[in-house]
Amino acid sequence: MVAALSGSKLRARRIALGLRQGDVAQAAGVSASYLNLIEHNRRRVPTDVLARLAAALNDAPEAFADGGGGAALDDLRAVALAWPSAELARADEFAQRLPGWAEAVLAMHQRSLAQEAAIAAVNDRMSHDPHLSASLHEVLSAVASVRSTSVILAETDDLEPEWQARFMRNLDQDSARLAKGAEALMRYLDSGGQIDAQGSASPQEEVEAWASSLDWQIASGDIPSTLSAPARDMARALQADICADHASLPEAAFRAALSAHGPDPLAIASALNAPPFAAFRRLAFAPELGLGLVVCDGSGTLVLRRAVAGFSLPRFGGACPLWPLFTAIARPMQAIEAVVEVGAASPNAPRFALRAFGMASHPAGFGGPELRRAMMLIIPASAGGPPALGVGATCRTCQRLACPARREPSILAGATGPNSGPNSGL
Amino acid sequence: MAGHILLIEDEPNIAEAIRFLLGRDGWQVTLLTTGQGASDEIARLCPKLVILDLMLPVRSGLQILTDIRADPATQDLPVLMLTAKGQERDREAALAAGVSNFMTKPFDNSEMRAAVRTLMGGA
Repeated sequence: MVAALSGSKLRARRIALGLRQGDVAQAAGVSASYLNLIEHNRRRVPTDVLARLAAALNDAPEAFADGGGGAALDDLRAVALAWPSAELARADEFAQRLPGWAEAVLAMHQRSLAQEAAIAAVNDRMSHDPHLSASLHEVLSAVASVRSTSVILAETDDLEPEWQARFMRNLDQDSARLAKGAEALMRYLDSGGQIDAQGSASPQEEVEAWASSLDWQIASGDIPSTLSAPARDMARALQADICADHASLPEAAFRAALSAHGPDPLAIASALNAPPFAAFRRLAFAPELGLGLVVCDGSGTLVLRRAVAGFSLPRFGGACPLWPLFTAIARPMQAIEAVVEVGAASPNAPRFALRAFGMASHPAGFGGPELRRAMMLIIPASAGGPPALGVGATCRTCQRLACPARREPSILAGATGPNSGPNSGL
Repeated sequence: MAGHILLIEDEPNIAEAIRFLLGRDGWQVTLLTTGQGASDEIARLCPKLVILDLMLPVRSGLQILTDIRADPATQDLPVLMLTAKGQERDREAALAAGVSNFMTKPFDNSEMRAAVRTLMGGA
């Protein structure tokens, strides 16, 4: 890392060249809001980003390095710049005389900067995300046309045949366009949009995006420095788990057990005397199987998500309470399974077999708390067959408006639409 | 019922539905599918109402509205703007620029006809 006060030099150079912040940010592959934070010494500049910014400003990275003190002192100066009441000239004295307090101030300042960057990135995304805006506009335009045209067809008794044919054709075009637009929008939202490393994603999302880019083949290899520090910690923990899974379920033995038992994590774990969760992860991360995985802690929070096509996983808020995952977290050591269909109720609704298992642990012994964790394997299944449990991703986007487990209205229903309110049965 | 309406809308199927609806009510509707040349068309047709989509190619609805209000010959011309939900900031800008009324997509046909009747002076 280089010193935070590099930002002032970057800003001075940019202004001297008469360049706009947005243009330099684009050339360096960072967001304008991120560059703004850097230039105001409110964000430390990773070395690789500094190199790209320097190139965009047609200068050497060394020209922007700060000359004074160590990184901690530079950071303290950055704090002083952000707080005019702080004595900038006495930063060195403060760091030397009260190093513990200086460290605490720095830690709080860094946390504040990270939060500001995340807010700025989210704000940028919501305001200026061209893909989101274009997708929504496409869907709304198609909906407007379908609604207006269908009302004309339904309510105009004396509609001339040529107009009728024309409107039917328009309806056909717009319904196809609507389906395509809605699909693109949901795909985009499912993917989390354009997650970048500048704070628009949570550490968990950073890890998932990184693992997904490698098709979850992350047992070996370096963890990229572009991930935030918390994300790197989480990635290392996941990598260690996966390495342990491979040790307890070696490739040949795992393949043989899979061949004998199919994608049944408990049967495979039992056959090879391995931890159940190791078998869940081995199955979920085997690229040729095409399975998904969600993991939750005792609060029901999803702490790891490997998506599978057709089964949406929520980015925000709680997941569908009907998932077997949540039965498993409440009933440790029981195999919970359900065949479900997702999306709107339909004979062709995509189906999945969900296999969930929960475990409790006491890492601090009898004197400590009980911790719980549950995993759910998501296995694509054939459409059709006997009635299946209807589930969704999360109540906010679920099309099953009359669901008895609903806890809040769906955005797919009107705010006062029938059966869209939360269940009050309990 | 008589009266000329200039409809500036780039979505052909929405435009076709609006033309049909307003045509059945007796209005004469001329369609322009981009923002380009809007001022010339207004000067040529002298419409009694402009129905204007906010998001248009070449020139936005907001720019066209500003042009209309800046021209003494059209500064009082009623303008009904079509917007989508989520464009609150643009709507505020259009209000400041002097729009007469809004219609939010997806709109209700009867509400569209009623809004047009009102802006055409209850004709």
